[in-house]
Amino acid sequence: MSLTVAYAALATGIIVWLILVRKLSTKSWEAAPATAVDDEAPRWPAARVGLWVFLAVITSLFGLFVSAYYMRLSGHHGSGPATDWVQLSEPPVLWLNTVLLIAASVAMQAARRAVRTGGVERSKTSLMLGGLLTLAFLGGQLYAWAQVRESEFFSAINPAVAFFYLLTAVHGLHLVGGLYVWGRTLARIRREDVEVIDVRLSIELCSVYWHFLLLVWLGLFAVMLST
Amino acid sequence: MAFVAIADRDHEHALHDPETFIRKYIWSQDHKVIAIQYALVAIGIGLVALVMSVLMRLQLGFPDTFSLIAPQDYYQYITMHGMIMVIYLLTALFLGGFGNYLIPLMCGSRDMVFPYMNMLSFWFYLLAVLVLVAGLFVPGGPTGAGWTLYPPQAIAPGTPGHGWGIICMLASLGIFVVAFTMGGLNYVTTILQARCKGMTLMRMPLSVWGIFMATVLGLLAFPALFVSCVMMTLDHSLGTSFFMPAVAQMGGQTVHSGGSPLLFQHLFWFFGHPEVYIVALPAFGIVSDLLSTHARRNIFGYRMMVWAILAIGCLSFVVWAHHMYVSGMNPYFGFFFATTTLIIAVPTAIKVYNWILTLWKGDIHLTVPMLFAIGFIFTFINGGLTGLFLGNVTVDVPLSGTYFVVAHFHMVMGVSPIMVVFGAIYHWYPKITGRLLDDRLGRFHFWCTFIGTYSIYLPMHYLGILGVPRRYYAYSDAIDFISQNVHIANEWISISAVFVAAVQLVFLFNLAWSLKNGREAGPNPWRSTSLEWQTPDTPPKHGNWGKDLPVVYRWAYDYNVPGAPEDFVPQNVPPGDPRAGNAPAGRDHGVHH
Repeated sequence: MSLTVAYAALATGIIVWLILVRKLSTKSWEAAPATAVDDEAPRWPAARVGLWVFLAVITSLFGLFVSAYYMRLSGHHGSGPATDWVQLSEPPVLWLNTVLLIAASVAMQAARRAVRTGGVERSKTSLMLGGLLTLAFLGGQLYAWAQVRESEFFSAINPAVAFFYLLTAVHGLHLVGGLYVWGRTLARIRREDVEVIDVRLSIELCSVYWHFLLLVWLGLFAVMLST
Repeated sequence: MAFVAIADRDHEHALHDPETFIRKYIWSQDHKVIAIQYALVAIGIGLVALVMSVLMRLQLGFPDTFSLIAPQDYYQYITMHGMIMVIYLLTALFLGGFGNYLIPLMCGSRDMVFPYMNMLSFWFYLLAVLVLVAGLFVPGGPTGAGWTLYPPQAIAPGTPGHGWGIICMLASLGIFVVAFTMGGLNYVTTILQARCKGMTLMRMPLSVWGIFMATVLGLLAFPALFVSCVMMTLDHSLGTSFFMPAVAQMGGQTVHSGGSPLLFQHLFWFFGHPEVYIVALPAFGIVSDLLSTHARRNIFGYRMMVWAILAIGCLSFVVWAHHMYVSGMNPYFGFFFATTTLIIAVPTAIKVYNWILTLWKGDIHLTVPMLFAIGFIFTFINGGLTGLFLGNVTVDVPLSGTYFVVAHFHMVMGVSPIMVVFGAIYHWYPKITGRLLDDRLGRFHFWCTFIGTYSIYLPMHYLGILGVPRRYYAYSDAIDFISQNVHIANEWISISAVFVAAVQLVFLFNLAWSLKNGREAGPNPWRSTSLEWQTPDTPPKHGNWGKDLPVVYRWAYDYNVPGAPEDFVPQNVPPGDPRAGNAPAGRDHGVHH
């Protein structure tokens, strides 16, 4: 819980500091000069802001899952670590999956760079590759599920197992949501009547989302390996 | 692929007016239609919860006269009443309803930035409500675990609705969180990115500020509810033990072992306390605008009000465990949360002082919205002060299980926000429909509701001090040990509750009747400064602003401006315009000399 509280404090702190402090010191009740309407700096596209806000929501979600993980691990107040927590030895395939997801993220970044420099064809290839690698990651996760299912640790009441399935499932579902947007972007980039600038934004946002989910996975994997 | 330079692109996408009936009123992407859809569903399901509360009150006040409900019904109604009122009525109405309607209009934009997602948000909300209602009809009925759904009893046999009922509740909450997230992304992004020219953050009306911060809180806090719902569903259906400890029941051992019920309480209240402010902050914002408009006076301490909203928002994440003083927590833990709870009272009190100072020397018009706004100040101070009692561990421990708590939270987050909801409906109904609500019915509605709710909740404080326990269906076994006063108070409370509930029918009648027969309102019946009253059409058409977006030159509180021909200057009036008169620059705006 303390992790999440720290996150919430940090997130609100950043909002307050970055966006607000500079602007919130104006005295709006004082009459402005005749040329009052200040031309503000060009704004970010709404979709980009929307995505970043959404990433804050997901951070809160995973932060809470991880808080719950540690609180459940530590057992009841003052009674020491939970006795029913049988440590899980993570299936080795997770390492391969991690590599796949890193590669997917790199491919997304390559697509983003290519579309920025006008290489639409290269961008298409990288984007395609990024999605396929992600599908491979998800396949690998399913394989890991099957391995845990057959291991001697498997038992519904072992919280280590329950959390393993829960965390990987929630992370995987977020990737599936990302793949939906990826599919739409891929379809749009193939159409003739779509302006490259629109696709450019979509690809940029895809890459940001992928990097973010990579970070989440690295965090979750580290948490599971360390306990 | 076509290549177009960024500078050549029109940033405002063309608005395609919907043509068919379905696209216009049902499958609509217009924020105003979505707002009304949200509001109608919220009020509809709220009425269900109101009826449940009347049935519960009849049981409590006259246990021997009425036999309308059985003990298990009582627990089911208590659960549904609480959950519906807090989440499906107040959260949905303030953010889905008022948020949707007011944000684009007050910020001077044509619509939300993601209209399709906004529409989906409503349909997911409706689905959440339908799943919740389905819980009433499944075998075993809805869950009777109390609105906090604490495990282990929420999914243990013996609790009403421990089978299907709790699943419906958890699924419905999960869907609601998804719906809220889609809406919330829209509200935040629209406020940050789609304000019209000149509408700086510090020129936004406080309603928008309140809704903004409440949405930020919701986006960060609702995941906690989502996490607890998912994990409880797994405990219930797949036999995991996140929350469920080893329990022996019916002479046998359950499949669970080692789970932590306290973990659920932490997760639930990490959502649950910010939820209080998710409801309160929009109310704070809206009531500021009502008071300022109807007292013809600039809001006192605008910048302080904004900072107080932000401070309350941040602090609301570090007070959650004051709901858990009786869970056997570490005393230092309780000390910490009592301290933060008292600290959060500071910005809240600043707001209350500022409201009162706004009224001071104002030109108070006792219109119906103003009556409700002043009613809010009374009920909020009352509920807030009892909150200071309960925020202290030593006072909370003996009072926690009594009617004092019921009185406190109904006063502070039941009656107070509802007062603002009513005030806001009376205030904005003319913009939404083009007609005013009937004034005499409105006054009748206000006085009956205000006095009625006081006569419900004031005696409850007394019951609480006497130690009457809450959550009881009847006190039949202990009847001889309970003072006669308690029975009389209970009867009085129940009669008042039935009365207040009945008076709401007058309000509903007024809503329906005035739609056709109300007095024509004109574009700006309250002579208000904020942008939603400056639209070219009333009710505003699709796209809100006709051909050109408005441009804002001033804050939203230029009332009683010396030198202006009328006593207010709308936000979109440029300096030098005759309507602005020769108003002097400086802080003296709106101050009588």
